Amino acid sequence: MEDYTFTDLSKTREELLSGSVSATSLTNLYLKRAAEGDRFNAFLEVFHDSALTAAKRLDDKIASGQPVGKLAGAIVGIKDNMCYQGHKVSAASKILEGFESVFTATAIQRLIDEDAIILGRLNCDEFAMGSSNENSAFGPVKNPINEDLVPGGSSGGSAAAVAADLCMVSLGSDTGGSIRQPAAFCGLVGVKPTYGRISRCGLIAFASSFDQIGPFTKSVHDAELVYQVMAGRDAMDATSSSKSVHESPSTKEKFTFAYYDEVMNSPGLHPRTKELFIQKLDALRAAGHEVISTSFPYLDHLVPCYYVLTTAEASSNLGRYDGVHYGRRSEASEDIPTTYFNSRTEGFGAEVKRRIMLGTFVLSSGYYDAYYSKGQKVRRLIKNATDEILKKADFIISPTTPHPAFKMGEKANDPIALYLEDIFTVQANLSGNPAITIPMGTTDDGLPLGVQLFGRSFDEATLFRAASLI
Amino acid sequence: MEVNDKTIDKLSDLSRLIFDGEERDNIKRDLDKMLVFVDKLNSLDTDGVDPLVYMTEETLQLRKDEVGKELSPSEALKNGPSHDSDYFKVPKVLDK
Amino acid sequence: MQWGVHTIKSNGADKQIGLTRIHMEEDSGKSIHDISPFETLIDLNRAGVPLLEIVSEPEMRSADEAYSYLTEVRKLLRYLEICDGNMEEGSMRCDANISVMKKGAAEFGTRVEVKNLNSIRNVKRAIEFEILRHIELNETGGEVKKSTLTFNATTGETAIMRTKEEADDYRYFPEPDLQPLIVSKAYIEEVRKTLPPLPQELFHRYVHELGLSEYDAGVLTDDKYVALYFEELLKNVKSAKTAANWMMGEVKGYINEMAIEIQAFPLSPAKLAEIINMVVDGKMGQTLASQQLFPLLAKDPTSSAMKIAEQHALVQVGDEDELRSWVEEAVAKFPDKVEEYRNGKKGILGLFMGEVMRNSKGKADPNKTNELIRQVLEN
Repeated sequence: MEDYTFTDLSKTREELLSGSVSATSLTNLYLKRAAEGDRFNAFLEVFHDSALTAAKRLDDKIASGQPVGKLAGAIVGIKDNMCYQGHKVSAASKILEGFESVFTATAIQRLIDEDAIILGRLNCDEFAMGSSNENSAFGPVKNPINEDLVPGGSSGGSAAAVAADLCMVSLGSDTGGSIRQPAAFCGLVGVKPTYGRISRCGLIAFASSFDQIGPFTKSVHDAELVYQVMAGRDAMDATSSSKSVHESPSTKEKFTFAYYDEVMNSPGLHPRTKELFIQKLDALRAAGHEVISTSFPYLDHLVPCYYVLTTAEASSNLGRYDGVHYGRRSEASEDIPTTYFNSRTEGFGAEVKRRIMLGTFVLSSGYYDAYYSKGQKVRRLIKNATDEILKKADFIISPTTPHPAFKMGEKANDPIALYLEDIFTVQANLSGNPAITIPMGTTDDGLPLGVQLFGRSFDEATLFRAASLI
Repeated sequence: MEVNDKTIDKLSDLSRLIFDGEERDNIKRDLDKMLVFVDKLNSLDTDGVDPLVYMTEETLQLRKDEVGKELSPSEALKNGPSHDSDYFKVPKVLDK
Repeated sequence: MQWGVHTIKSNGADKQIGLTRIHMEEDSGKSIHDISPFETLIDLNRAGVPLLEIVSEPEMRSADEAYSYLTEVRKLLRYLEICDGNMEEGSMRCDANISVMKKGAAEFGTRVEVKNLNSIRNVKRAIEFEILRHIELNETGGEVKKSTLTFNATTGETAIMRTKEEADDYRYFPEPDLQPLIVSKAYIEEVRKTLPPLPQELFHRYVHELGLSEYDAGVLTDDKYVALYFEELLKNVKSAKTAANWMMGEVKGYINEMAIEIQAFPLSPAKLAEIINMVVDGKMGQTLASQQLFPLLAKDPTSSAMKIAEQHALVQVGDEDELRSWVEEAVAKFPDKVEEYRNGKKGILGLFMGEVMRNSKGKADPNKTNELIRQVLEN
């Protein structure tokens, strides 16, 4: 069992059904791996008992010949911002110290209903705010490929855990690139579905009009499987879409891919990233696909627009952490105001505070129109421009990140440098479109780089098909 | 837009956050940088553009006014740092 | 149907108060300061309960108008079963904005807001207090400060909660988790069909079509269930006025005496109509119906008015032979009074009438009896 090699979820399910492995032995194996992988600081907690209970239940099902779910045997890690009833969740923040979920996120419940086993919760940037996983109250996560490097963020633990084989697949949340950037840094497949595709019920809110849950996997096929299980309308999330999840993908053999001139000429683009990206475009042309270049005039406005709107939403969403209703209360609470001020001041980390302050500013009277409304208008321009491009092309293609994973501490003191990490990923969150990152090669030092495709809204089926073609 | 002490006072008050000493200098500097950064949006002409508010086409559906699966009071209260069986509790300054 | 106004009574005349808007909110919970000496309790047990905020145009000109407005609004809330309108229990609350204007001035002075008033009477008292305070400040060269006030019902005075130096900065923005709710015309029509008759419509109809007094119409429409009972009664009786008299008299009397609501009144409108129709049709005198049949039927509401009347021999006697024997008996008893009558003292007829009623135990048809007595005496 020790040398069990995970390849993909359907193979694991077959092994389980054929009796060559049991869910309990798989769970024990991954509990052991998670413990051994402690140095990456990916798991904040393993759910030892409930994972083994779920495994036992699955083994009993198989033994008694009952049908099993699509994710039977899948050992899943979840980002520490998703609620799982009876288990702790903290958004990697001190302010949620001791908090235990009183219900289960819809996305997680759907995995459980298909017999997935939830192994534990994974480290991330505090309230999913960050691009390096250095903002966790529980310390940074290390990139398993090179432990001096960041795994990316904010879902750094989710990426590191899959990359280091501490679980088979994991869930993350993506507000501006928080799945795709760490997936690229760790050599994985990462998906941000269309906004509204997967219920956010039970996801601790950062920016409600941007957040989406998605999977980290080692293959496009697994990503699609996990996505399909989670996707679809949920009455508990009014923004979740009632559009059918089971549309057939486009049967086109040859697709049109658009890339931005501005990306090619971007000064921040790592030479190796550019080289691999050009190779990828050439390979697409060689395979008979059409590759067109297009201009995207808003590249420089993406990240500013993203910061105005997400910080505004965050300042409101994080208003609920007041030291009264849940989580941590400051010792220095003497009355209602000191409870609020001291609990929040002690409970939130520096980056979260920065964003609350910016969000408060852009919504405050006198600045609302100039910043918040302006941001919403720019968001419409960006969405319209994106829709226009996706009329001419099936997909927009770009490197997922401008460069490979960087050293811990390298950008810690410069919030703006860190914000620009998201330059290629935020567009999909601003416009709502689905996007996927898949590995595109490595640097000479063996650091992975990703290529990102983003497609038409609610047409994930074609996006997955194209991702597996290229 | 220059970030001065008055701005920080107002925003930290609205945010229910305290910034003292070095942290105050840091937030002033960072907020200043962030505002310069987001000021880039002003280079775009957005006259006549409607703000984008809703990200999906879904509309709210009315349903019957029925009691559904809800949190029990004990579940709702259990994560509070201080509570009894009915209420959350917050310390109160005694009248001096 | 009018949109966006409430009609109130002001000095006996109708006055329209415009509606600025109605919006929905949720109850956000409340703090309780007076249970524990060391802690403030946060009560979220009602959190999320929907509430409506009704904002009126600044068109009320006196505390009495505000009183009348709130009374009308509350009546409407109760008719529509939005809530019981109980202000003491917090089902309805009022924040009153008050300002005064000097004679001849073009604009109102600075406005203050009195929060969380918990009875219509206290709204009136708070407004009266504030009006006087503002006038006094104006006349003594003082200044009304823009402020939020509370009202102390014991002292009848207001106190400052906070002054509004700066405008509140709520940072409202559209909630991304809430998608738009589209209210279709069809849905509005569907709701409209389920609306009960509304108090002001009923009042108008009672006064102008049924010819009831404004006082009676007011009493009958004050409570939705009284009005609904009366509406049902009207479908079954031949005289609206008699029906109204019974509502105002016997029915009100009964429910007051028993300390019950109209919903617990034992007689259905149809049953009550049986009694009233017996009176209207001349089958029974009002007094007999009111004092004997009504209480008997109320005790035995599954029976019928006619059956009880027969069981207790209450049915009015209209048979001429029977009536004549009673009349002759009465005439024979007072020969001297007969003489007085014939000498012109016509008023004495009542004496014979009383005697017949006594002998007939109230069952004699009064109209016919009257006629017979007259015949007998004058022949």
